[in-house]
Amino acid sequence: MANKVLIADDEPNIVTSLEYLMEKSGYEVKIARNGDEALALIESFLPDVVLLDVMMPRMSGYEVCQKMRERADWQHIKIVMLSAKGREAEVNKGLSIGADTYVTKPFSNQELIAKISGLLAEGAKPGGT
Amino acid sequence: MKRKLKFAIWLGVLFDGVLIFIAAVALLAASGLARDEQDALRQILEERAPLLVCAALLLLVLCGGVVGWLFRNYVGAVDALAEQTRTVLSATPEGRIVATGGAEVMGLAAAINRLLDAYRSQHLDLDVKIAEAGSRLEEERNRLAALMSELSQGVLLCNAEGRILLYNEHARMLFARAEASGSQHSLVGLGRSVFALLDRDQVAHALDKIQYGLDRDANSPVTRFLATVARSRLVKVQVAPFLSADLRIAGMVLTLEDVTDAAGQEARRRSLLQALAMQVRQPVANIRAAAENLVSHPDMSDEKRSVFAGIIAGESRDLSVTINDALREHADALKQGISLEDMPVADLVNVARRRIDTLLGLPTGVDRVDDHLWVKVDSYAFAQVLASLAARLSEEYGVREIRFRAAAAGGFLELDLVWSGAIVASDALTLWETEPMQLGAEETPLTIRDVLERHGGEVWRQSHPQSYTSWFRFLLPLAVPAPVKPRRSVPLESRPEYYDFDLFRNADAAQGLAGQRLSSLHYTVFDTETTGLEPSAGDEIISIGAVRIVNGRLLKGEVYEQLVNPKRSVPRDSVRVHGIKASDLQDQPTIGEALPAFHRFCEDTVLVAHNAAFDMRFLELKEAATGVRFSQPLLDTLLLSAVVHPSLDDHRLEAIAERLGLRVIGRHTALGDALVTGDIFLRLLPLLAERGIETLGQAIEVSRETYYARLQY
Repeated sequence: MANKVLIADDEPNIVTSLEYLMEKSGYEVKIARNGDEALALIESFLPDVVLLDVMMPRMSGYEVCQKMRERADWQHIKIVMLSAKGREAEVNKGLSIGADTYVTKPFSNQELIAKISGLLAEGAKPGGT
Repeated sequence: MKRKLKFAIWLGVLFDGVLIFIAAVALLAASGLARDEQDALRQILEERAPLLVCAALLLLVLCGGVVGWLFRNYVGAVDALAEQTRTVLSATPEGRIVATGGAEVMGLAAAINRLLDAYRSQHLDLDVKIAEAGSRLEEERNRLAALMSELSQGVLLCNAEGRILLYNEHARMLFARAEASGSQHSLVGLGRSVFALLDRDQVAHALDKIQYGLDRDANSPVTRFLATVARSRLVKVQVAPFLSADLRIAGMVLTLEDVTDAAGQEARRRSLLQALAMQVRQPVANIRAAAENLVSHPDMSDEKRSVFAGIIAGESRDLSVTINDALREHADALKQGISLEDMPVADLVNVARRRIDTLLGLPTGVDRVDDHLWVKVDSYAFAQVLASLAARLSEEYGVREIRFRAAAAGGFLELDLVWSGAIVASDALTLWETEPMQLGAEETPLTIRDVLERHGGEVWRQSHPQSYTSWFRFLLPLAVPAPVKPRRSVPLESRPEYYDFDLFRNADAAQGLAGQRLSSLHYTVFDTETTGLEPSAGDEIISIGAVRIVNGRLLKGEVYEQLVNPKRSVPRDSVRVHGIKASDLQDQPTIGEALPAFHRFCEDTVLVAHNAAFDMRFLELKEAATGVRFSQPLLDTLLLSAVVHPSLDDHRLEAIAERLGLRVIGRHTALGDALVTGDIFLRLLPLLAERGIETLGQAIEVSRETYYARLQY
């Protein structure tokens, strides 16, 4: 079964590219346009990975991340934070509140895919075959 | 003699008076007698003549006794009283008058004693008051100096001629740092000209502007300019005048701030913007052209399409690299503004705790704060952030106590604001971060996010459900602790050496030095150590030490000390004298580098040295090579000592010091000897004055005579 990815970002152009990229890489993809929508979709869709933009209306990526980490049944979901800011303090903050990795825009498609598959492989190990 | 004469006159007058009186009475009595009775009386008198003479003598003795008694008890006693009163008034201020004589004289003496007592107690009161006022003034001056030394800016106080009356440590360091590499000597010194430090035209222009403001009744005319000091540092100078009673500019206060770093950062920020604007334009143009081609021609061939797509991919890849590189390269420039200062974290926490206590009355505590952690922070704004969060927690969640803890993590400080119990919704912080901070009556348009952005910091909420504690974790860039500067404490009893308001009274000393009094001149007392005694045979200077004398004070805080690389070996014999080895000199400047700095140190002063001819021969031999000429007037303590003590032969430094009651410490280091020479020179000045040698011209003249006298020996 294909791994599931939720893309949470309010920037339509990057969403289009990311959706195309992830689908082409064999993931099942859903899109959220803001923080609230992202949390609702995680509940119903239960993704393996969430690509979480930091700057979103209504609820920031940091908040979504914190709310996810407060849910015991969502601990296995990998969180990749995406941000155009990427100061060192922001990266530290993202990692401190529970993100698995932090990717600064602009990024290379190949690197992003490599990071996601790396995270999933790592997460699969303990419970894997 | 005088008194005896007076006695004789009094006695004569009294004796003659009585005789004349008796004779007159006898004549009067005899005039009524008959002729024969008169003859009989004359006969009796002639027969009794010896008896009459005896009676007259007795009368004389009697008169002598009366006049003697009168003299003892009155005339002489009053004279003695006057004499004693004069002595007490002029010579023995504590003495009392002890009178002998008549009761009236004793009464007068008692009255004079009472008058003396009253006079004395008033005098004493006055003396005490004068001493108190003097020490209060001195204390205030010292307090001012202490205050100045604590200021984070450099301060120079100058009189109208630009002579420095007061400076603080920061000003000294500012110009010391600007000095030639390796050299730590500052041109800041009492009585020195400010124009040696700053461009004369710039200062003059500033004063013109101030005068213009004064002429138009401006309230506090102040001007500012930017100056480059000694090639490298950029200094913001603020000039404020102080005015005399008739509203003329009597002097100026210069406040100096080193803005080199801030200006550098601003320049880097500008160059980042320029770099981005320049480097981003071209790739964006390429991407746009390619993308518009793709959009406008949906029917283009697959081959062409893939060419344009390749262009877009390639250009955007380069663009990403450019932006990332630029941001990384200019990270420093973006990090912080100039209002941030380095501060120990413990202090920051204390500021915040005081604020929370004052504004909210909320108890606070500290769990652990590492003592050696420093942050770059705007402490006021950041304490406000912490206090406003504490206020929110207390008002909206009923939190009763706030605790702080801090630790280093990577290049960051993790500062936690911790509370127990209340679970704070995760979106609460997001809301609080973006609303203007409010603290009681204090309101500011700033948000927590604004402050954090300025600090390059972040904040988030964390919690530990097991212990029911939660915290807001702040991430702030750590700072390198500022080096602890040796603090120059200012003892209130003694006069600090870095101000001298008496210089106010000094006229500009540059003109007509020869006629000036020795006590009012500024001196540089110096000494050198050398590889040997023969400069013409290749011996070289290896150390120069100097100290300044201003207004009769040896300024031990304004010294020059420099080892010099002689570019030759140091003979063992000479090492035995001064203890300086060739290896100590390897990394030191050459004489060509050191001498110009020393020359600047001596500017506008009279040179003083012991056996000056020796040191001057070394300096003169370097004139051609260094282009530096020491043309100042020169005094030699050896010759001056010979002037003061012509009968003595030993005028070595130790011998003179011993004669003048000075202790010699640190001999045979250039600075140590210069300090001793300075002390000796100051002790020689009053001895020269006793001989009527009070001006520089006189001192030079008598030295010359002594010099020739010694040569003829």
